[in-house]
Amino acid sequence: MTSTLISSPHVPRVNRVDRVMLQVLLALMPGVLAMIWFFGWGVLVNVILAVGFAVLAEALVLLLRRRPVLPALGDLSAVVTAVLFAISIPPTLPWWMTLLGMLFAIVLVKQLYGGLGYNPFNPAMAAYVFLLVSYPVAMTNWLAPELLSGIDLSFSDSLAMILHQVLPAGVDWDAVTAATPLDEMRTQLDEQLTIAEIRDQSALWGVFGGRGWEWISAAFLLGGLYLLWRRTITWHIPVSMLAGLLSLATLFWLIDPQTHPFPAFHLFSGAAILGAFFIATDPVTATTTRRGQLIYGACIGATVFVIRTWGGYPDAVAFAVLLMNIAAPTIDYYTQPRVFGHGRERAR
Amino acid sequence: MAATPVPTSERRLWTFHGGIHIADEKALSNASEITVAPIPKQLVIPLQQHIGAPARVLVEVGERVLKGQCIAAADGYVSAPVHASSSGTVIAIEARPVPHPSGLSALCAVIETDGEDTWAELPEPLTHYAQLDPAEVRERIRWAGVVGMGGASFPTGVKLNPGPDRRIDTLVINGAECEPYITCDDRLMRERASRILEGVRIMRHLLGGPGVLIGIEDNKPEAIAAMRFALGESDLRASAEVVAIPTRYPSGGEKQLIRILTGKEVPSHGIPAQIGIVCQNVGTAHAVAEAVLEGRPLISRVVTVTGRAITTPRNLAARIGTPAAELIAHCDGYREQPRKLVCGGPMMGFELHDQVVPVTKPVNCLLALTAAEAPDPGQALACIRCGRCADACPANLLPQQLYWFARAKDFDHAQDYNLFDCIECGCCAQVCPSHIPLVQYYRYAKTEVWAREQEKRKAEEARQRHEAKQARLERQERERQARLRQKKEALAAKAKAEAGDNAGSEAKQAAIAAARARAAAKQQGTGEPADGA
Repeated sequence: MTSTLISSPHVPRVNRVDRVMLQVLLALMPGVLAMIWFFGWGVLVNVILAVGFAVLAEALVLLLRRRPVLPALGDLSAVVTAVLFAISIPPTLPWWMTLLGMLFAIVLVKQLYGGLGYNPFNPAMAAYVFLLVSYPVAMTNWLAPELLSGIDLSFSDSLAMILHQVLPAGVDWDAVTAATPLDEMRTQLDEQLTIAEIRDQSALWGVFGGRGWEWISAAFLLGGLYLLWRRTITWHIPVSMLAGLLSLATLFWLIDPQTHPFPAFHLFSGAAILGAFFIATDPVTATTTRRGQLIYGACIGATVFVIRTWGGYPDAVAFAVLLMNIAAPTIDYYTQPRVFGHGRERAR
Repeated sequence: MAATPVPTSERRLWTFHGGIHIADEKALSNASEITVAPIPKQLVIPLQQHIGAPARVLVEVGERVLKGQCIAAADGYVSAPVHASSSGTVIAIEARPVPHPSGLSALCAVIETDGEDTWAELPEPLTHYAQLDPAEVRERIRWAGVVGMGGASFPTGVKLNPGPDRRIDTLVINGAECEPYITCDDRLMRERASRILEGVRIMRHLLGGPGVLIGIEDNKPEAIAAMRFALGESDLRASAEVVAIPTRYPSGGEKQLIRILTGKEVPSHGIPAQIGIVCQNVGTAHAVAEAVLEGRPLISRVVTVTGRAITTPRNLAARIGTPAAELIAHCDGYREQPRKLVCGGPMMGFELHDQVVPVTKPVNCLLALTAAEAPDPGQALACIRCGRCADACPANLLPQQLYWFARAKDFDHAQDYNLFDCIECGCCAQVCPSHIPLVQYYRYAKTEVWAREQEKRKAEEARQRHEAKQARLERQERERQARLRQKKEALAAKAKAEAGDNAGSEAKQAAIAAARARAAAKQQGTGEPADGA
């Protein structure tokens, strides 16, 4: 018998942080594959670069902080942050911006606050916003889905674009890039066009959202449902966030369907699905009480709609999530559950 | 695992928040009939095996004692006597290791047994208890040293006396046995159902005839069947019901079981009697029946010796005071070196540092776990605030918030978040993906809060003492001043009267001067405060 003092319970633990993170990475796969399918190898290059930078940055800071490196890297949280960041940025973003973003996410947003579990803000989203504000042009320079541009960029073409900003011979930027569906919708609505006119004038549109984009969202939805099925996440945040977004979208669409897109457009364009299942559900920065999560999710959804409709940016998931990150502790405080044996009054 | 499906009860059941499903591991030992463990060469009987005041020793070293003889008397209302569990000679009364989470030693009577197992003279059985004054029956239960056998070991006689102004309308009998591995209550219900029901009948009588609900987790179909059968034969059947409850840890927690069976919640910091309920374990009911109907004190109990490190897991009727090592040896010893030996179940039990510790009244299980069964959870990682702990918490607490506060030594906040409603069931720690020993943090925080309260109480007492002293000194000073004033006034009045009476008398003048001088001298002499008066 050993004499190590371990308090009860004396049973195997059923969950592990790295397994949770691995589930999240696994669930991201369909979406990432769909993005590679529609936007080319640049997506994969970004994922690889971001993961590499994130792991290096994390190891570096841990060394400087004199903390054990391998357990922290082994929890895979930096990898999840990196993948979420990599699929949020344009597929041809210059490599050094990815490096900057990862340094910002891991060093400033995560490790300077104390590492995993202590960061008040979602590192991937903070890095995305940091780059969007700093390099708005590069960060909104999205590729057109390949089925629209008809240009098939090879892996080495994508690599060259990311590393040296060099396009393949005979191709110019206008040919390969296109506005994102959300961007296009905003611009055209600002031009006083009606929804019907906007949808008629471009090949950008699919059934619900943008062509290609809607399939990517569907793939992320599949991954999200997988996470729900595996109980890696609970339904509270995704459902309340999508409900918050959809209820406002439906309300305004009913009021004026000519200036407000069909609600499903909000769902299947941009990062709504990805945000609902993978970003807003980041446990570290979200609320933890179940009632609080409903409020948190609904507020993110509503904020996304407000910024998309009246704000300065076409998409808003990152901003909405960061805003609600600030509010999370307060929401938690006011939504404590009623403790067993305490009357109906709020458990305080 | 349930061998046969249990017919679902008609009764409506309630649920509690959280809880976990966990491999019950009962099959290791639940086929083992209760067998009587041999008399050990030495019995080590701790003199405090209950919650409350320690018992007072009645025997001396060298004294011969008989089986069932009282060796330590209850001292105070919330206390319980201790009896010799076999005949022999007291060879020592000294501190020995006892089964306690602290690993500390406590006062024990060590008896060298003579192997004859001679009974002492026992009191008359109270088979006619229904005609007796309940106080007399309670006194018998108290005499027998019966305490809660489910783990808390609270004196049963006290629990069966809720007071005249508290009406008890439900007696809950706890046969849930929700901890994995443990099967002693299961076996007791299978083998001695009617005796348990006799105990229930006595307790019901003492509580003024409340309804009885016997809750058993549905992973024990044989126990449920045995209890139902025995109930059908008993005159209790009109007022009692055996209820199969879903298997979900910790349904056997007193508050959880009451909630499942009645839908009522025991108030925070309260006891079940406040909501008209008394909860007793099946083992306690058995001990009550033995005490009242046989006049036998509580000197043995069923202990499950199990775990995959044990060669032949068994249920043993062990004399109180039998060293754990002897029971393990009686189960053919270890099959492999255990990773740890736990007293109690794996969820709430504590590790034993020493296998010479004796079995006491609340010890229901000796659990020798292999490394595979109880792996080292490894280095705790950072809390990722996932909230699984909160989902699992049967008290509906926010375990991770409590963890942050305990870690930050912010005990005020921990109490604001209802630290003391934590029942230390271990669900949160079991589901934590970061493998944080959460229960350990809560125990630490609770201990700190208690220590602080004690310190505060001491400081408060010191302050009161100081203030009382100050008040006393001031009062003495005031009294002295008043006495002085009175004397002066009396003197002045006398002088005035004498002046008017005979102003010219020189002798009188001299006498007055002398008196004044005396008064002045006296005033000087008493000028210092009379401290310590």
